[in-house]
Amino acid sequence: MNKRSIKRWIATGAVSAVALAGLTACNTAAPEDDGPVTLTWWHNATADPLAGFWEEVAAEFEADHPNVTVEVSGFQNEELQRTLIPNALRSGDAPDLFQQWGAGELAAQVRAGQIKDISADVTDEIAAVGGTVAPWQVDGKTYGLPFSFGIEGFWYNKDLFAQAGIEGTPTTLDELYDAIDKLKAANIVPIAVGAGDKWPAAHYWYNFALKACSPETLSNAQANLVFDDPCFVEAGEQLQEFIDSAPFQEGYLSTTAQQGAGSSAGLVATGGAAMELMGHWNPGVMGGILAEESGGEATPPAFLGWFNFPGIEGSDGDPTAALGGGDGFSCSTDAPKECVELLKYISSVDVQTRFGEIGAGLPVTKGSEASITDPNLTQVLEGLQNATYVQLWLDTAYGATVGGAMNDGIVNLFAGNGTPDDIVTSIQDAVASL
Amino acid sequence: MATATKVGPAVSAGPTPAGGTKKKLTNAVRKRLEIGFFAAPALIFYVTLVILPIALAAVYSVFRWDGLGPLVDPTCIDAYAANGSQGPNYCNRFVGLENYERALTDPVFIGAIGHNFFIVALSLAIQGPLAIGIALLLNRKLRGRAVLRLLIFVPYVLSEVIAGLAWKLLLLPNAGFDSLLEFIGWRGDKPNWLEPDMVMWTMFAILTWKYIGFAVLLMLAGLQGVPDELSEAAQIDGASWWQTQRHITLPLLGPTIRIWAFLSIIGALQLFDMVWVTTKGGPNFASSTMATYLVEIGSSRQQIGYGTAVAVILFIVSLVIALVYQRFALNRDLEGAVTGIGRVK
Repeated sequence: MNKRSIKRWIATGAVSAVALAGLTACNTAAPEDDGPVTLTWWHNATADPLAGFWEEVAAEFEADHPNVTVEVSGFQNEELQRTLIPNALRSGDAPDLFQQWGAGELAAQVRAGQIKDISADVTDEIAAVGGTVAPWQVDGKTYGLPFSFGIEGFWYNKDLFAQAGIEGTPTTLDELYDAIDKLKAANIVPIAVGAGDKWPAAHYWYNFALKACSPETLSNAQANLVFDDPCFVEAGEQLQEFIDSAPFQEGYLSTTAQQGAGSSAGLVATGGAAMELMGHWNPGVMGGILAEESGGEATPPAFLGWFNFPGIEGSDGDPTAALGGGDGFSCSTDAPKECVELLKYISSVDVQTRFGEIGAGLPVTKGSEASITDPNLTQVLEGLQNATYVQLWLDTAYGATVGGAMNDGIVNLFAGNGTPDDIVTSIQDAVASL
Repeated sequence: MATATKVGPAVSAGPTPAGGTKKKLTNAVRKRLEIGFFAAPALIFYVTLVILPIALAAVYSVFRWDGLGPLVDPTCIDAYAANGSQGPNYCNRFVGLENYERALTDPVFIGAIGHNFFIVALSLAIQGPLAIGIALLLNRKLRGRAVLRLLIFVPYVLSEVIAGLAWKLLLLPNAGFDSLLEFIGWRGDKPNWLEPDMVMWTMFAILTWKYIGFAVLLMLAGLQGVPDELSEAAQIDGASWWQTQRHITLPLLGPTIRIWAFLSIIGALQLFDMVWVTTKGGPNFASSTMATYLVEIGSSRQQIGYGTAVAVILFIVSLVIALVYQRFALNRDLEGAVTGIGRVK
């Protein structure tokens, strides 16, 4: 072996060693105790006021805990819920604190051992939040805390309603149909729906199911995934009738819910449509869109009003039942203990009160209700307090597999392709595939 | 994801053995060791990142698995089965070929395969001739040729996400694109470019806008290999420009066209990013492709077992088409070694 070839062997060996080292370099353990800690925090706020508010909360937490650095990132809601968080959890490289919608999705994550059981650490917070914490619990243990919970209803443009000659707000389905006719006669698009994101369209079916099915049927569906009650088909029939009255904007199948002026929230915010069925976060979303368009402050439109989804005459459902849901945060199993501290801080009366003040949604911690000054959110809060039965969003309640198939079936009906029976069939097929 | 089809003949061009006869054996052994040593890092990466995931996908695809717990858990007690309810069956995860049956009978997945082949067919029928035409035009001496080449190539340089997002916003009803049409004189109702009946055509137009630059670039490169002497000779014989292109340039461009068609077919079959960003496969799956279906139904719905079955189908479809194409269309270009394109010179 001559000198040159020896050099070559050494070089080759070095290259291979570097390559192998690259393969094994990714296993470093998270530090414990009071050494420097970095918390990653993923949430779904991509626009002010909420995005800026979480930044503030993170900065305050850092100031109180000098050893902690909080890396807070906001992601687009659907990407976060359906792609980023599931993939991060599955890959074992989960963020420490992340958005948690609760119920069926949470149960699946808990079953896989991905979520930290915080029951013992947050007893005070659970007491302060009350029954609202239920979707963030599995088998009596607590795996997250909500920061917001509310019910949905129609957000409407008072000016356009006046222009169409509608007095008061619809309290029955017939009155809603009447309002739709009046709006159309005045050349106003009655309802904007973001069926491109699927869930906003699916919520119509949820509401019809809520009003068609008894609370017992709905609880049983959620607990055992049983959907053989005829009320689920009835809900589809009522939805079919509603779609046939053509209340939606043109091209609703491809419209998104929350992005930009062309989204359903954007259409209502800019006066392009009169109503949108949406959760309590909607004023915040509309404020964000208006701020992006004008470059000014993120304030919801002044003309905005709210009314609950109307009751349906002669149906099984509880007329005062409401459909709702909330947002919370969970800590992943391997998160440092500071994650729970941050979660408790988010849940504190102080942070919750300021959360209510920015109008991004209804806070949940007792003692922070007073921060709700917005008359619309006050109405949502009253609706929540008066509801005898609050059903969680059905897709969240049933989990990603069944909930996703259900939403597909409903959007198919919106597209004019399916039948009310098909929706129930697609749900049952998904249950069978679990 | 185990769907990539790597195409590329192995190049084995070691130095010719030298030295006397008594060292022959040691030389041969040394040469093998050397090859092994140099190939090992690449081989390790290829096996662990390409071959192994494909094998794992094939395994997952026969399980009803949500990607969370273990594949087989003998200690599992199914609470739902104990209740006698029709609910989830967590413990019995092995389902044989059920996932494949489900995919191939799902009208949404069949639709998605159809959309892939729609793009394949339109790419070959429209994008190819268009690119050749533009390349022929840009190969002539003409004023502003550099600017034209740049303009056609610019979309290809843009990131997929930026381009997709821009189109998504432009194509909303009454948004930028409609305003442009209004400006150039299209009064009255315009189609909703993203509605179910329209969306695949829109998607094809976006893809053409995005990738035509790459096709033109390939064709232009191919045209550089067409010797001027031949067209000069043809001109002296009295051939028109069209005749020269038809009988000299196009046949000599054959290898380039075949390679482009291959890349285009594989790209169309694996189409994901542009569709995902622009429409997410919607509305109501009207623009879904095999890959967006795989992500939406497999990954987002936490049905990893089913998703990998779809991935395996996508892999088989791509592999079969790639092999058939190589065997029947590319064989003359690949003859001998990877010198097919270069040989034109």
